[in-house]
Amino acid sequence: MLFGFPLLSLIIWLPILFGVAVFATGGDRNAQLARWIAFAGSILGFLVAIPLYTGFDSAASAMQFVESHPWIERFNIHYHLGVDGISMPLILLNCFITPIVVIAGWKVIQNRVSQYMGAFLMMSGIVNGVFASLDAVLFYVFWEASLIPMFLIIGIWGGPNRVYAAIKFFLYTLLGSLLMLVAFIYLYHTSGGSFAIEDFHQLPLAMTPQILIFVAFLLAFAVKVPMWPVHTWLPDAHVEAPTGGSVLLAAILLKLGGYGFLRFSLPITPDASIYLADMMIILSLIAVVYIGLIALMQADMKKLIAYSSVAHMGFVTLGFFLFNAYGVEGAMVQMISHGFISGAMFLCVGVLYDRLHSRQIADYGGVVNKMPIFAAFFMLFAMANAGLPGTSGFVGEFMVIMGAVKVNFWYAFLAATTLIFGAAYTLWMYKRVIFGAVANPAVESLEDISRREFALLAILAAAVLWIGVYPYPLTEVMHVTIDNLLVHVGNSKL
Amino acid sequence: MQKLYLLVPLAPLFGALIAGLLGRFIGPVWSHRATISLVFVALIASIIIFMDVLDGNVFNGSVYTWLVTGNTTFEIGFLIDQLSATMMVIVSLVSLMVHIYTIGYMKGDPGYQRFFSYISLFTFSMMMLVMSNNFLQLFFGWEAVGLVSYLLIGFWYTRPTAIYANMKAFLVNRVGDFGFLLGIALVLMHFGSLDYATVFAQAPNMANETVELIPGMSWLVITVICILLFIGAMGKSAQFPLHVWLPDSMEGPTPISALIHAATMVTAGIFMVARMSPLFELSDTALSTILVVGGITTLFMALVAVVQNDIKRVVAYSTLSQLGYMTVALGASAYSAAIFHLMTHAFFKAVLFLGAGSVIIAMHHEQNMLKMGGLKKYLPITYWTMFVAAVASAGVPGFSGFFSKDAIIEAVAFVDIPGGGFAYFCVLTTVFVTALYTFRLIFMTFHGEPRMDTHTKEHLHESPWVVTVPLVILAIPTVGAGWFIGPMVFGDYFGDAIHVLPHHDAIEKLGAEFTGIGGMMVHALSTAPFWLSVAGIATAWFLYTVRTDIPGKIKSRCGPIHTLLDRKYYIDELYSWLFARGTRALGTGLWKYGDVKIIDGFFVNGTARVVAWTAMLVRRFQTGYIYHYAFTMIVGIFAILTLWLY
Repeated sequence: MLFGFPLLSLIIWLPILFGVAVFATGGDRNAQLARWIAFAGSILGFLVAIPLYTGFDSAASAMQFVESHPWIERFNIHYHLGVDGISMPLILLNCFITPIVVIAGWKVIQNRVSQYMGAFLMMSGIVNGVFASLDAVLFYVFWEASLIPMFLIIGIWGGPNRVYAAIKFFLYTLLGSLLMLVAFIYLYHTSGGSFAIEDFHQLPLAMTPQILIFVAFLLAFAVKVPMWPVHTWLPDAHVEAPTGGSVLLAAILLKLGGYGFLRFSLPITPDASIYLADMMIILSLIAVVYIGLIALMQADMKKLIAYSSVAHMGFVTLGFFLFNAYGVEGAMVQMISHGFISGAMFLCVGVLYDRLHSRQIADYGGVVNKMPIFAAFFMLFAMANAGLPGTSGFVGEFMVIMGAVKVNFWYAFLAATTLIFGAAYTLWMYKRVIFGAVANPAVESLEDISRREFALLAILAAAVLWIGVYPYPLTEVMHVTIDNLLVHVGNSKL
Repeated sequence: MQKLYLLVPLAPLFGALIAGLLGRFIGPVWSHRATISLVFVALIASIIIFMDVLDGNVFNGSVYTWLVTGNTTFEIGFLIDQLSATMMVIVSLVSLMVHIYTIGYMKGDPGYQRFFSYISLFTFSMMMLVMSNNFLQLFFGWEAVGLVSYLLIGFWYTRPTAIYANMKAFLVNRVGDFGFLLGIALVLMHFGSLDYATVFAQAPNMANETVELIPGMSWLVITVICILLFIGAMGKSAQFPLHVWLPDSMEGPTPISALIHAATMVTAGIFMVARMSPLFELSDTALSTILVVGGITTLFMALVAVVQNDIKRVVAYSTLSQLGYMTVALGASAYSAAIFHLMTHAFFKAVLFLGAGSVIIAMHHEQNMLKMGGLKKYLPITYWTMFVAAVASAGVPGFSGFFSKDAIIEAVAFVDIPGGGFAYFCVLTTVFVTALYTFRLIFMTFHGEPRMDTHTKEHLHESPWVVTVPLVILAIPTVGAGWFIGPMVFGDYFGDAIHVLPHHDAIEKLGAEFTGIGGMMVHALSTAPFWLSVAGIATAWFLYTVRTDIPGKIKSRCGPIHTLLDRKYYIDELYSWLFARGTRALGTGLWKYGDVKIIDGFFVNGTARVVAWTAMLVRRFQTGYIYHYAFTMIVGIFAILTLWLY
């Protein structure tokens, strides 16, 4: 409770209300007002999320900050919220990223400002809702609702090919999640009329239904993560999305898929998860190796980072299906870390794009001569992307590799190739864009980052270094939840 | 004392932050004052700690808990014993000298503050590496020095060769780190901890455990771990076949070549294997591998040095070859000799590099020795310090290199595991080659007729004191460091820091014959290495001062061999064709066919097309004409009736 309001509801609805307020400012005459309201809303949204961390009891195994009210009584649907060690860090990440995307769009977005800012704020609240929902229907509503703002962000403020990208994004993810609804309804009937996710966890299921349910969930979550081979919407969406959209997409929306595996697939269908683990691991490793090679050859910076996201998210799904604490906790750390790093990488590309209106690597070269401070930040994030120890990028990959070697040496072997490929594609891009002599008159005209841009990158740099140097507080809040999850998965439901 | 431990890495880190973040505000002078004084603090602290360790105060403890997961605690902590204390003094001493030297070498460079920030950051990273008490922090330091090396090789980022070389260095090192990280993962899996003390204590119990990585082939766990760890060392210490990055790293400013690519960072691999001696001792297979890799590197890289004309490249290949000596010593279980050679090499190689830098400044950044000659009278301090270093490098009795190298050669002679004979042949032959290329450098640069243009010649003068003082200071241990061989190699100087099994103990056998440094020098006069070294120097003298026409003739007579050496055995070309081009082709193939054609083209857009086509087909029925619908209904009724009647 905060000022008499239930905390989780506040975290969900405050940004949405601010979003409505931003919409209400109307046309672009009031653009500046819209920006400031959005900024205030995003900062407030982050501030109200802080008690979630300070008040969190990392020794408790039950859901915390629980709220439950009947919603649609006829179907026993509840407005049921609560967090554990898996969802709490993700909500904080989301609330942390929202001010960043708002500030990132401050100058660049000049038309339909109120709608742009409003969409981001509503998105923030909706995503918090996804992470906090403990009722399957409520979850599904938030889950599908999250598509709409993103669809608009890409479709309205995107690049030249935005309509194709927006529709591809929408259909891919919508089709993926339809079967999830079917699975929910099946589970509702089997459980004797409950949509409570925690009831689903305890539901005994035979192997065949488990596998069918697992596959239904898999389609929904694999598309979001995205896993190979359903990843092709991501590069298109990123390339067309405005900078803020890309940051949000990479930092937050991909995490919805990862979260889904932990909240639904593993605990509801533990036997199917173990039975199909090898398949999941192989898909993840394909993402790491195959996508790593593809990323190497990209000529478009955003596409390159998008592919690199797919490869890094491969570590997340790999970690989940190792079924040991190193793997699952490592995957969680990787999700948080990827939120910071990919967000920062897309911001860096955005900084360049705002100046030269090109994302092609070939249009740059020698940027460091003109933008030394920017180059230093970009170097830090590039190294984090390449998994350098001391940055957050290392921690998750390290933990997952340590977990993988316990299961099979060759899984670890393939996963560790990211040390080489990750460095190769990131540093090769860095070399061609940043180093060298000034390549052309356009680069000659570049100016170094503004104070606003500096602040954004500095905050993310601090986060990346903090997790790299001292990840202990981050994993501390997850231990109990993940240990319980692993015990739960170990007990067969058959 | 424990606060002093923290000071050693943190003082240079603080210096790096000052110069890096505030450099543009406080200016060049305050940047170098801040970093140099903080590195000086680290040196003093290191010396105090070193003295304390000599009194027998070994420390092993943690600083903070980095991470807890899966019932394993990962700590950041320090292990301060004879091995790490020795390394701390070497690193901080060479680093301080290089910091001072940099004032002169980098004078007026626009990146002056950035340079100081980087070398202080390097000192911090290297300290974290050597002071670590666990594999995780070791890996952190390991990669951090790699990062700084990357930044410094590409320091002059507008040069295409520099930014190619730094990426190459990072990626080749990453190949080594790939093996290293897997080795660490196996350590964690089998020992349940990454703490040195815990792992080493359990190692003897693991000696006979086997693992089947490929079904049907059973290997000792220890062997697999050691070889994977050694792959990391091959990257960092530039051993064949991962040596290709080191010669190219000479694109960086010369102080860096001295500090990072000769004296300290490249010895990290040697240090690491010595640190892991309780593991490596348990695997003869791993030791044999190390002997062979080290032997190849020693001999074949030395041969390349003979044909190079770029003064820095000669020294670079010499570094490769000397690292090979250290590696061979590790394979021979002569860890103390390896660390001893690491120390003497740090001093004489730093002098050679800093001297080469002094020459390069005098020559207005000309590095080709064919355009030098006769510099002796213009650069007397540089000449004499380099001469001393060359004598030490060639292994002339009395100078530091002699003692360390002789100990290695003698120790390898005792080795009775496979690879020992080959390694012995390599290290012995290389004595001649080393003397030849080192004195070739000295004679071509400082003796004979000046070959530079008149403009350069008129401006020749000795370098400023900030350059020559470090040379002179470093020249002192270049001469004298070898005299400590008695306690350091044959005595129990390293105590428990190094672990050797009795049946591997070549040093023990050597030590039995050791009668003091005087006796060692007298004994050397009757052994092959001494005469090979003398022959090498004499050959260089004859070919490069007396009959300077002969090298050209040899070159034209032995065309193919010269080309092979000059092209460095075509290894760069092979790698660039196989790995760089191969990977790019694979990446393009997967992208254009896998993603674009198959997944997007066939499945995604294909689905869209099927939907569109079906829709078009179904639309045909939705014409809106009543008679079409009526006709369809009649057909339908007819069909149902037919079915029903049957």
